[in-house]
Amino acid sequence: MSFFSSGRKASKIDSLRSKVDLLRLPLALSSKSISNRKSQLGVVWEKGGCGGGSGAGGVQKPRPPPACDMDNDSIYSGYSFKSSHSRSSRKHRERRDRHRTKNRDGSIRGDKSVTIQAPGEPLLDAESTRGDDRDDNWGETTTVVTGTSVDSISNEDLTRITKDLEDSSPLECRRYLGLVLGAVLGLFALVTPLAFLALPQLLWRDTLDPCGTPCEGLYISLAFKLLILLISTWALFLRPPRATLPRFFIFRCLLLALVFLFVASYWLFYGVRVLEPRETDYRGIVGYAASLVDALLFIQYLALVLLEVRHLQPAFCLKVVRTTDGASHFYNVGHLSIQRAAVWVLEQYYSDFPVYNPALLNLPKSILTKKMSAFKVYNLGEENSTNNSTGQSRAMIAATARRRDNSHNEYYYEEAEMERRVRKRKARLLVSVEEAFTHIKRQQEEEAAASSPKHPREVMDPREAAQAIFAPMARAMQKYLRATRQQSYHSMESIINHLQFCITHNMTPKAFLERYLSPGPTLQYLDNGRGRQWTLVSEEPVTASLREGQVFTLKRLDFSLVVTVTPLPFLRLGEEFIDPKSHKFVMKLQSETSV
Amino acid sequence: MAFIPGQPVTAVVQRIEIQKLRQGDNLILGFSIGGGIDQDPGQNPYSEDKTDKGIYVTRITPGGPADAAGLMMGDKIMQVNGWDMTMVTHDQARRTLTKKKEDVVRLLVTRKSLEEAVKQSMSYPRQ
Repeated sequence: MSFFSSGRKASKIDSLRSKVDLLRLPLALSSKSISNRKSQLGVVWEKGGCGGGSGAGGVQKPRPPPACDMDNDSIYSGYSFKSSHSRSSRKHRERRDRHRTKNRDGSIRGDKSVTIQAPGEPLLDAESTRGDDRDDNWGETTTVVTGTSVDSISNEDLTRITKDLEDSSPLECRRYLGLVLGAVLGLFALVTPLAFLALPQLLWRDTLDPCGTPCEGLYISLAFKLLILLISTWALFLRPPRATLPRFFIFRCLLLALVFLFVASYWLFYGVRVLEPRETDYRGIVGYAASLVDALLFIQYLALVLLEVRHLQPAFCLKVVRTTDGASHFYNVGHLSIQRAAVWVLEQYYSDFPVYNPALLNLPKSILTKKMSAFKVYNLGEENSTNNSTGQSRAMIAATARRRDNSHNEYYYEEAEMERRVRKRKARLLVSVEEAFTHIKRQQEEEAAASSPKHPREVMDPREAAQAIFAPMARAMQKYLRATRQQSYHSMESIINHLQFCITHNMTPKAFLERYLSPGPTLQYLDNGRGRQWTLVSEEPVTASLREGQVFTLKRLDFSLVVTVTPLPFLRLGEEFIDPKSHKFVMKLQSETSV
Repeated sequence: MAFIPGQPVTAVVQRIEIQKLRQGDNLILGFSIGGGIDQDPGQNPYSEDKTDKGIYVTRITPGGPADAAGLMMGDKIMQVNGWDMTMVTHDQARRTLTKKKEDVVRLLVTRKSLEEAVKQSMSYPRQ
């Protein structure tokens, strides 16, 4: 493999190359094995090197040499999924990358195994199947803002890890940083009024003015307000987060800053005016503490409005379309930033969209190959491979166009045939399941006492009952799943589990089959072990709020969701009063009869 | 032919006697009627006053009994055999005209030209 032997900025390019190679490793990483990974990295590091001239390209696939005039200014340039818009987004990317290094909301959770994507395929396989639509400058490509992952490392964080591996804090710290900061600040703010009250008592108790009933009244109100603050903080803020966002959550940061400023200024005033001159008016101090608690309550009200209430009134309609099969939904949202809207859309996606089944996408091969049997070079389907000689291809195109196109005919018949087959298998499945369910019945309590002396019937628990009646319907079920191409989603174990569940809850055969007859939402097939890695691709900064005409994409490895924003129309509601007595009717006939 | 509620209706009428013609099982008269209190008076092309809900002759079969008797298109039928036709429904009018037991219908009809003829004759000085 021949690399460019340019010596410019070899170290940075080294880091980029090594970043790429790192991701090519099998990605079942666990946070415990950071040291293992370090050693692995060390090995890989030596292999890479654009300017090093070391041709040890054993790990790398033969691909066109990456341009070494890659994104030189920003170290943490986005990893590329697809090489669509390259240079135009470079400016945006650089600006964004600098911000990204200060990202407090770290998106790493270290307690579970760290993976980048769903079932264990190495990241680069997805890219390598793209084939020829990659240009030579694959290094500087689409901006990829980090994923909104719950459990996984995003790409940028991975690069940051490789850069700072020697001197960085362990992974847990990074993830908890935001959380800890907020918790510390909140605790500090809650303890402050109590400190205001306690300090004078502790330090100069003798010289304080005695303060009777008014103080006690203030104590009570202070206590209750603190209690309310505590409860509402627990209710609002101490909820497990559902997602990690790529950028600052602006409102949250604003509120934290506000609280900090607030409490700091109160402490300043307290320190200067009360502690120093040893103020003796205790009632004033208690009033001061009470005013702090009032202000904290108001800040919490502000937090409630900003974080929870403002986006409740719908203002925009988002159209979400899945790129692979066109499943689409419309949702109404309020004023949100792009990243929050993305999280919201993803939550709805998991329960509204039918699960993505890659087997259902392509036209059956029989149709496509029949059309192109005469022309070997062409390859129908998703991509057209470019030919070496354009003249030849043009001739082929012309010939193809002239030839009578019967593939729609065949497609129609094939579709009809497949539908007929599916319906037949579905009928068989229904019949066999109905029959199987008649083999067992729930044993009533009275029967147990009555029938035991005569002929002891075998009493089974749900699991055994499920296994007993699974056998007669297994074949029909298998054939039906194959016909609808769902067999990868349902294993035998899962079917028996579901059967056991249905038997326990007295469901009819039709209720049992409901799960298999229609593709359910993705949530049904999710195992909750891992978080989901999604990538938000947007032309505008993701903390900008939604506007008319914006488009952003949420990508996974094999499909993506395109979201378009349209504002809801402004409604002019008029009024019209109708007197109930004004409903009158006349006949409108004019018939003519001959006599 | 305006109708003033509460006042008796006055009109110049012509007596027409029609003999019903037997055709198979039916007795036909040879004309068509329109109008009635359950109909829309605004669509009547023959009436002067568009609120008039009387029974009008809309068509005459040429060569039929009505034509022979001198009934003309646009005539308003006031009475049929003594039965009033100014305040009846369309169906009642039809039934009155097509009674199977009667062979003859004696109509009182009125038309605009009658009124004018009378006026003209009254304006001529008597000689």
